[in-house]
Amino acid sequence: MNQIDETLLAQIADLHGTPEGAYNIRKDSALAGRSNTKNITIETKADQSGIDIHIRPDTKYEVVHIPVIITQSGIEELVYNDFFIGENCDVSIIAGCGIHNDGHNRSQHDGIHTFHIGKNSHVRYSEKHYGQGNGGGEKIMNPQTILYLEEGASVQLDTVQIRGVDSTKRYTKVVVAKNGEAILTERLLTHGNQTAVSEMDVFLDGEGASARIISRSVAQDHSEQTFYPRMIGNAPSFGHVQCDSILMGDAKIRSIPAITANHTDAQLIHEAAIGRIAGDQITKLMTLGLTAEEAEERILSGFLK
Amino acid sequence: MLKLEHVSYQVTEEGQALSILNDVSLTIEDNRFIVITGPNGGGKTTLAKIIMGLVTPTSGSIFYNGTDITHLGITERAKLGISYGFQQPPRFKGLRVRDLLELAAGNTKLPREACCQYLTRVGLCADDYVDREVDASLSGGEVKRIEIATILARQSGLLIFDEPEAGIDLWSFSRLIETFQSIRQQRNVTLLIISHQERIISLADEILLVADGEIRHRGPKEEIFPLIMADTVSGCCYMNEGAHK
Ligand SMILES: Nc1ncnc2c1ncn2[C@@H]1O[C@H](COP(=O)(O)OP(=O)(O)OP(=O)(O)O)[C@@H](O)[C@H]1O
Ligand SMILES: [Mg+2]
Repeated sequence: MNQIDETLLAQIADLHGTPEGAYNIRKDSALAGRSNTKNITIETKADQSGIDIHIRPDTKYEVVHIPVIITQSGIEELVYNDFFIGENCDVSIIAGCGIHNDGHNRSQHDGIHTFHIGKNSHVRYSEKHYGQGNGGGEKIMNPQTILYLEEGASVQLDTVQIRGVDSTKRYTKVVVAKNGEAILTERLLTHGNQTAVSEMDVFLDGEGASARIISRSVAQDHSEQTFYPRMIGNAPSFGHVQCDSILMGDAKIRSIPAITANHTDAQLIHEAAIGRIAGDQITKLMTLGLTAEEAEERILSGFLK
Repeated sequence: MLKLEHVSYQVTEEGQALSILNDVSLTIEDNRFIVITGPNGGGKTTLAKIIMGLVTPTSGSIFYNGTDITHLGITERAKLGISYGFQQPPRFKGLRVRDLLELAAGNTKLPREACCQYLTRVGLCADDYVDREVDASLSGGEVKRIEIATILARQSGLLIFDEPEAGIDLWSFSRLIETFQSIRQQRNVTLLIISHQERIISLADEILLVADGEIRHRGPKEEIFPLIMADTVSGCCYMNEGAHK
């Protein structure tokens, strides 16, 4: 593991050295390390690129790390990761992709993550995307996250992309069953000429299902962002979509939400706001002794926290 | 010591020059407790903003502790020890009460205990608020009290409060009065409070009556109170007519 690898792993997974518990590290399209535990088994797929992760029922408080790093310019890959999580589990899965591109060719990681979450299991899934490197080569990530929740299952999905990724097209689909719950938090900062598109479909299919989409984004310079948060209530259920964006420079943001109720007891709420940082927020922090730049930075970091 | 010399502020609205502050000169000695009062639109907030640097005067000079601060920015004035509690404080998505208190205290970590003390002094139950975001979920009175708490957290020599009483319930108001009283007793900072509230006005060493962009009167409260009463009725002829009907 070299310096660049370590930086990338620290950025995307807060990892310093080899993680504890189960893990699978993928570097430049090859396996760079793997560990299984009594309850968690990771296997390379036979028919396509990617891994299967099996988590036994009743597994509690275990963490799985599955970071991906790309350090060679010009790698383009499509990876399938499938998670099979048994009943009554309580686990955290930390994924993420870091690209270091010093070359002129594009580096691209498209990850398709599918989760089958068993009855009454709780899963925290976090995915950080990060890019660095000074070559002209583009850094592209197109993740898809598909989650099927069984009765009483819940998921907390945190996705973060702060700087460095030139182009991203993200798709998230969640199907929530009876008494299940999904909380999707998305944080995004684009700059330069970056583009980001995020599409989400959340299906509330069982009685008592609930979901929240919380999206916070900052678009700087000439970057562009487009959001399609969609919530579909097919049962007596509750759904809340909340999107907030800060616009800076000459950036553009479009937000095209849809809430669809196919059941009279589906209660769906949507809130969205796009705007600049309010001038009085900056001046307020300046009266506390911050410079205008420090104030702006503080407001953004709080907003994306 | 704070000193304003011939400060004027004019704006142009629809091609017409409008005088908001008109040749204001003013000296405030250290560790005084001054209340500025006067009719709505008289220029009180503008005066406070000119001292903090939020508004640049069209002419005139401002000195703080001997330094000419007329051309200093907001940040520099803050660093010199001037604080201003907004009449209508902004809200921040993503900044917690604790974050604002820590920024106010000089961007340092504050122990929970310290945060709690500042909040208690404005009548907020600290446990309920320290970790809350200062966003739209807070009521107007709550935001206002948090604003005052952040000013208390600043270690500055000149504290300006713009209508600290606005929107605050009776119980918190009593707590706030006690807080102002204790600051007054310590006599180690200058308080400049813009207020319409008799109980705050009666704490003052001196009252400034600001109306129509000018300092109309200045003096102890026994002297100024009767003038305020007279001014409120005679200021507007329409009101006068109404009063005589
Ligand atoms: N930038 C501006 N452009 C136009 N008019 C302004 C501007 N700033 C202030 N004013 C006007 O100047 C006057 C004084 O405003 P200021 O906010 O200082 O009053 P105030 O004494 O604080 O009133 P209140 O008691 O209502 O808070 C008001 O009539 C206001 O509308
Ligand atoms: Mg005012």
